[in-house]
Amino acid sequence: MDFQLSDLYTLLPEIFLLIGVSGILLLDLFLSKEQRGVTYALTLIVLVVTSVLPWFFYDADPRVIMSGLVVSDALGAALKSTVCVLIAVGLVYSKNYLLSRGLHRGEYFSLTLFATLGMMVMISSNHFLSLYLGLELLSLSLYAMVALQRDSGRSSEAAIKYFVLGAIASGMLLYGMSMIYGATGHLNIEAIVSSILSGHSDSNLLRLGVVFVIVGIGFKLGAVPFHMWIPDVYQGSPTSVTLLIGTAPKVAAFAFVLRLLAEALGHPSLHQDWSQMLTVLAVASLIIGNVVAIAQTNFKRMLAYSTIAHMGFLLVGFMTGSISGYSASLFYVLTYVLMALGGFGVILLLSRDGFEAEELSDLRGLSQTNPWCAFLLMIILFSMAGIPPTVGFWSKLFVIQSIIDLGYVGLAVTAVMTSLIGAFYYLRVVKIMFFDANESSINTVKYSAGMAVFAVNGLLLLGLGLFPGWLLSLCESLIESSVRTF
Amino acid sequence: MITLSHYLVLGAILFSISIAGIFLNRKNIIIILMSIELMLLAVNINFVAFSHYLGDLSGQIFVFFILTVAAAESAIGLAILVVLFRNLKTINVDDIGGLRG
Repeated sequence: MDFQLSDLYTLLPEIFLLIGVSGILLLDLFLSKEQRGVTYALTLIVLVVTSVLPWFFYDADPRVIMSGLVVSDALGAALKSTVCVLIAVGLVYSKNYLLSRGLHRGEYFSLTLFATLGMMVMISSNHFLSLYLGLELLSLSLYAMVALQRDSGRSSEAAIKYFVLGAIASGMLLYGMSMIYGATGHLNIEAIVSSILSGHSDSNLLRLGVVFVIVGIGFKLGAVPFHMWIPDVYQGSPTSVTLLIGTAPKVAAFAFVLRLLAEALGHPSLHQDWSQMLTVLAVASLIIGNVVAIAQTNFKRMLAYSTIAHMGFLLVGFMTGSISGYSASLFYVLTYVLMALGGFGVILLLSRDGFEAEELSDLRGLSQTNPWCAFLLMIILFSMAGIPPTVGFWSKLFVIQSIIDLGYVGLAVTAVMTSLIGAFYYLRVVKIMFFDANESSINTVKYSAGMAVFAVNGLLLLGLGLFPGWLLSLCESLIESSVRTF
Repeated sequence: MITLSHYLVLGAILFSISIAGIFLNRKNIIIILMSIELMLLAVNINFVAFSHYLGDLSGQIFVFFILTVAAAESAIGLAILVVLFRNLKTINVDDIGGLRG
């Protein structure tokens, strides 16, 4: 529990990222508009180095460092590195979009890196203080990024909605944390666990805390009935920011929920309570997300509702409270962010100066102007719908398998039925792309780096669908080695 | 004698007022920002009260961090508000409904 100087090595990724972002922030002041590419390149370099560093400095057995604030484990290293890669790929996708929208500025890149730092702090935290500070560093950066397009009424409206609902979520979460602190007398996750096990904690106060924590998590994940902000924010933000919000933070949120519910509050008596609440949130998200998405004509808004449904699936795996459920959820979130990356990435690629390819009607006849693009988007949509041989099928299958093993048959049936409804609106987009007459004003995509990344992204979904075994066993071993369950 | 439950009730009342302020308010966004501040202060009262009665300092240290984050949060909130007002010429909650569906 004590502080040792060698512990700083474990934090090297975070320290490097912080020094990097401070350096970029300073350097950018001295660059002219034509030299902004230097900031962009440096940001990518910092992200790539940060994604490699965690692999050299983690402990195979979870080890608590920095006076109990941080835990160093394999899961944390894997997720941190995933987050950095996702952010870097997102930046490659958005290069041309940022240039054409006047967003290619130093602030954009430094805020992106600060958000990444926040996610990394969340992922490896072992204390309510570090969980909260990481979450706020992420959220505050994202609020500012949504509002970064200063002349757009739509994005400032999205920003204020995101800000208000995000602040309510943090308030709820903190209120819950204060109750848990009052019941157990500790903020450190390990100490909370031992206090709950010893039976000295006030169980009513603890339950009240769990309720508020669940509400806070529901807001942050965007589960029904706390989902109101998701469609507005996804539609109103600049698409590059939507891509950022829709991908890496979901991985960090998974780690956040895992640390908070599975590790701190995983005691069987508490698990009984929160698994019921999560089931309600999950079923509502699956139904509302999939049904309302059918009525959307805006592609970004449709993907927002599909996110809500996917978060429902994530919670279905999570509510079991078992190792197999957590690993199925981890597999789900890792594959889902790949699909979201491609889904928002294609909007970025097809957009150009003064034209957002965000309406479904803009995609009409895409197979004639951009056949390769249409094919890859089809793989992504098949994967979101859960059609084999894409990986989306396996991720849904593993989650459903993990709940059927524990006897939740009704929940499994609901999940399958809502996925069937969901398949309708994904396939409708495929129909629009391949069978509708081409009347849209989409040009051939000329941004080759973006197209290359998009191709890798789409084919990865297909490849993982053909060989899902290694990723699943990786997820299982990460969860088994890292999560300290009861 | 003021007991722990007095402080907790005070915290709960302030928290409820702030939630009501956010959801019932139909006038303007500045009131929502004030309610958000009040919400964080209600949490602070909880933390300080628990910290005192448990004889454990970490709760009070948490409060320092919450106060700092709240300051940063309201700075960003007000900045977004200024941008919103410049674009829409209103900060009335009912007039902000461009995004629907």
